[in-house]
Amino acid sequence: MEEIGKKTDSKLTNANISRNRRFNTFKKDWQLYALISLPIIYLIIFKYVPMFGNIIAFRRFIPGGSIIGEEWVGFYYFKMFLSDPAFYNVFANTLILAFLLLIITFPAPIIFALLLNEVKNHIFKRFVQTASYLPHFFSIVVVAGMVFEMVALNGPINGLLEFFGSERINFIQMPEWFRTIFVSVELWQGLGWGAILYLAALTGINEELYEAARIDGANRWKQTLHITIPGIMPTIVVLLILNIGNFLQIGFEKVLLLYNPLTYETADVIATYVYRIGLESGSFSYGTAIGLFESIVGLILVFGANYLSRRITDNSLW
Amino acid sequence: MKDTWQYKTFKIFNTVILMLIVIVTLFPFFNIVAQSFSSEAYINSGQVTFWPKGFNIETYKVIMSDNMFWVNYKNTVIYTVVGTIISLVLSTMIAYPLAKKRLKGRNFLTMFFVFTMFFNGGLIPNYVLVTSLGFGDSIWAIVIPNAISVFNMLIMRTFFANIPEELEEAAIMDGSNTFGILFKIILPLSKPILATMMLFYAVTHWNSWFPAFIYFTEKELFPVSIYLRNMIKGAEASVGTGATSADNLVQISANIKSVTMVLTVLPILLVYPYIQKYFVSGVMLGSVKG
Repeated sequence: MEEIGKKTDSKLTNANISRNRRFNTFKKDWQLYALISLPIIYLIIFKYVPMFGNIIAFRRFIPGGSIIGEEWVGFYYFKMFLSDPAFYNVFANTLILAFLLLIITFPAPIIFALLLNEVKNHIFKRFVQTASYLPHFFSIVVVAGMVFEMVALNGPINGLLEFFGSERINFIQMPEWFRTIFVSVELWQGLGWGAILYLAALTGINEELYEAARIDGANRWKQTLHITIPGIMPTIVVLLILNIGNFLQIGFEKVLLLYNPLTYETADVIATYVYRIGLESGSFSYGTAIGLFESIVGLILVFGANYLSRRITDNSLW
Repeated sequence: MKDTWQYKTFKIFNTVILMLIVIVTLFPFFNIVAQSFSSEAYINSGQVTFWPKGFNIETYKVIMSDNMFWVNYKNTVIYTVVGTIISLVLSTMIAYPLAKKRLKGRNFLTMFFVFTMFFNGGLIPNYVLVTSLGFGDSIWAIVIPNAISVFNMLIMRTFFANIPEELEEAAIMDGSNTFGILFKIILPLSKPILATMMLFYAVTHWNSWFPAFIYFTEKELFPVSIYLRNMIKGAEASVGTGATSADNLVQISANIKSVTMVLTVLPILLVYPYIQKYFVSGVMLGSVKG
């Protein structure tokens, strides 16, 4: 910008225009800052203030009292959850669910995109895509409602079980079924939507590579292995980093809707425990301490995954 | 080149698998639509799958004559409209300045926004803030704290950054200031991205339930998602008691729940053709910049 200005100036050799230009540029930028100032204030109040609000994890907080708590208690609440058996249970549940989601719902859209890529009939391809995106836009309250209908004692899944001569199962009240239900729902809702970025990457692969491979006598499977998969590898890596970064953030609102006291044993995760401890029982400081622990682990995971990926694959978010 | 027999077999299997995926994906939805038009006896005996049995629209009449349903439905419409406007305005106010490469402090400001994607205050500090601001039991509790999606903002920024600088230069010559440029040149050129963002935000606000769940105590303020949530969780609780005498109640609930679910997703279905078109291009646009 400045350079363009200088060039024109030297041609015109008119100092006044130069000064005007520079003044205008300043004025214009001043207005840009004015424009962004309101969102910055917004962000400070609604995102950064709550970050510092975590101070109540180190202070005794009384609902209705001071919003930064009453007095320092140091690591009292952290020691408290480290000696709380319920915490280890929800921590383990969170890790198990997160791990299941990573190994099932992460690769599934890749496979789905690869299968879809082999469809040459455009109308059929379009139809499958349109259908598969739909659940992504349903409210999770509606999704939870559908789940209850599906797994109800007189619902379709139990109907199928009975048809094959099995007993009806009260899925929603059995802790051993919660993980299966949860992962299935995530898979059902995210399969099509998760494939979008891979499909975009697939269309970007140079057709000539396939031509060359065909001349060399590579069959479709070999082409997939040596051209298609390497072609979408950067996308896979970036999405994997994002996934690992959000490892602990399993759909907490969905858990809240799908679980019940009978399934807490396997369904209760850190976020839902924080919700019950903090907002239902009113132990704000204790809940905040656990929440802060989760946030910090999450932050370390994001930076760690990004760092590793940059070192190993040259792909990174920043 | 001719396909090998292996590839031909694969293609057949592939079509079958994809058809199965489509059926499994759509089944729960068709099932609740079918249930919503069925009579309770057929639902109870598990005979309703893809098509309604014992056609019945009485339940639609019952729900639609429930005053509270309409109050909550209207609330959702209001929250969605107000929330979408706030989200769109704020996102534009960030995305436009950040799209200007010459802006000093641009990288720092971008990081300032992006950081909130990876680290946030957490449930309880947010709750303490919102309630101490006096937002409890007011629309502001749900439309303000989560107004900005950084991801959406980055997509807008990418779009704005791709608008040729020359267009603005011409407007500056004509004496327009930043706001003039924004309103006369940038925004009219950005209709596709604004439409995409409007849909992104509107769907999010329409589907939102958790903020209302924790901040609202008055029934008259609930969005329809809470109306539905309470219905679902309530029915589930009565199943939990396992009392046979309550069976009749539970059956009615299954039908009523389905009707409420259908009415709740109806607006989403109506805009789905547009959503499909815009969301996909929007997500791809965002992926360009990562």
